Amino acid sequence: MIARLSQFRLKGLVFLAIVVFALPLFISNPFHYGLATQIALIAGAVVGLNLLVGFAGQISLGHAGFFGLGAYFSAIMTSNYGWSAIPALFVGAVGVAIIAWVVGRPILRLKGHYLSMATLAVGFIIAIILNNERELTGGPDGMPVPSFDVFGWELSVFGQYSLFGMEISGDLAWYLFAGMVLLVAVWLAQNLIDSPIGRALRSVHGSEVAASVVGVNTAKYKSLVFVISAVYASVMGALYGHFHGFITPSVASFDFSILLITMVVLGGMGSTIGVIIGAVVLELLPQLLADFQEMEMVLFGLILMLTMIFMPKGLLPTAANLLAKRRSKSAGGDA
Amino acid sequence: MSALVEVNNLSKAFGGVHAVEDVSFSVEAGQVYSVIGPNGAGKTTLFNLITGLYTPTSGEVKLNGESIAKLQPNQLAERGMCRTFQQMQICMNMTAIENVMLGRHLTLKSNLLTTLFRLPALTRDEKAAREKSAELMEFVGCGEYLDTEASAMSYGALKRLEIARALAAEPKVVLLDEPAAGLNAVETAALEELIRKIAEQGITVMLVEHDMKLVMGISDRLLVLNYGRVLAEGTPEQIRTNPDVIAAYLGG
Ligand SMILES: Nc1ncnc2c1ncn2[C@@H]1O[C@H](COP(=O)(O)OP(=O)(O)OP(=O)(O)O)[C@@H](O)[C@H]1O
Ligand SMILES: [Mg+2]
Repeated sequence: MIARLSQFRLKGLVFLAIVVFALPLFISNPFHYGLATQIALIAGAVVGLNLLVGFAGQISLGHAGFFGLGAYFSAIMTSNYGWSAIPALFVGAVGVAIIAWVVGRPILRLKGHYLSMATLAVGFIIAIILNNERELTGGPDGMPVPSFDVFGWELSVFGQYSLFGMEISGDLAWYLFAGMVLLVAVWLAQNLIDSPIGRALRSVHGSEVAASVVGVNTAKYKSLVFVISAVYASVMGALYGHFHGFITPSVASFDFSILLITMVVLGGMGSTIGVIIGAVVLELLPQLLADFQEMEMVLFGLILMLTMIFMPKGLLPTAANLLAKRRSKSAGGDA
Repeated sequence: MSALVEVNNLSKAFGGVHAVEDVSFSVEAGQVYSVIGPNGAGKTTLFNLITGLYTPTSGEVKLNGESIAKLQPNQLAERGMCRTFQQMQICMNMTAIENVMLGRHLTLKSNLLTTLFRLPALTRDEKAAREKSAELMEFVGCGEYLDTEASAMSYGALKRLEIARALAAEPKVVLLDEPAAGLNAVETAALEELIRKIAEQGITVMLVEHDMKLVMGISDRLLVLNYGRVLAEGTPEQIRTNPDVIAAYLGG
């Protein structure tokens, strides 16, 4: 049974679902639900970024830009134009997809440091626009965001809901919603990876020449995965805004871009569950080290560096390797 | 009749190095056509020009009568040209069979919708692609490695895997750059057999090889390069008795 499960394509998803739905048994205070919700939403964006970085081997140091665009588009359309949140989220995602495609085509021809610089610039430009368009965005002071609604039905952390006859608080409701969004995000990502498109993406990482001589249009697939990862960021950004009820341009900041990429690298490039663990660790760390707030960026930079030097495969794959080695050693000892 | 691959006055210079200079020849469909020559003669450069990885300094290559000048390597693959590399190009981040299934890329018509929701059409195609790839791995003689990580395979097995990947694309013409390099006598004999079987399926084979016994045994025609230039061209018999070739190969 356990052997069967370890062969199962979606074992990571099953594991994640268990964790997501079991967590409410262990926590109950609104602050913890809030933190867990935030982690789930950010983890969703990180799962998307991992498709680009971990699987296709391309870098983006400006991904918070797309997160911010999604957040602000939904915020502006719902608060200023009376849109419902769902259409705002979808139209925002389509808009971000178009922007990512237009900027992605030319910059993804670049490699290494040049690609890093170009994506960095994309993030900066978006952050600058959000800061400067005071009329629309409120500038550096930020803007309030209406609560999330599904065609009239409102999801608010202050609400009270009943689920299968149980009374649940708005915090828990939001957490369950964010958890389910994350599960869907992981499921879609896993489906993408286990497909011809996913193979083409991984081959761009493995050997771009090999990919091209068997007919993979590498430029097209790089753009495609850039767009998909930007859409992930946009959707999660939109939800993040509605959840918090207030956003500032920091959601599109350089710091946040670096945090996202650090989560991918720390958790394990190319490991969907790994990068979620990366998100959990890096979101919880500042909570534990509240005194170090000013040093946060330094700390993340340090983690990024140390991981790349000592654990280039990231937390989860490294741990899995160690475990497999110990197992085969003890198996060898038995024989 | 027109040739499958036609090379006209092709030249490629890297700075001052004339890696390929004024080379012309043509390959008919169904042939095993070999390119030989000493180290640095320009054989790999020639293959890189034919498969669109390099842009020629002058001259042209035609595939099935069409100039490849404006085509990317992936577009040449669409037109039935596939290859392996002297410096093997394997995706080490995948399993063996995934590398071969990558070769099926052009035959798999998947869109984002069937992919993201994993609709039955996708699983059906993937299953067929996997079966076909497993068959090909068996055919080239690395059938025991199916789900092995490519990074865990031996050099000889990876060389065969690369051939399987090229065949998975169902090419009209396949270019093999030194497939026997690093193989022992037994493996080389198996390779010769394999190339024969590929040719029997009607696939045109272009081959770069240093192993003379192998090359003379299976080639319909040969091209001898020396310092980027054509030294001789003809049947194995003509090449064997060509005085220029003998001079160049026997310490000329
Ligand atoms: N990308 C490149 N940049 C600069 N010089 C190159 C490049 N590729 C090949 N050359 C040069 O062109 C010449 C021909 O090289 P090529 O690799 O085509 O030879 P080859 O016949 O394949 O040799 P070998 O039998 O060793 O594989 C050599 O002098 C080589 O140094
Ligand atoms: Mg060579």
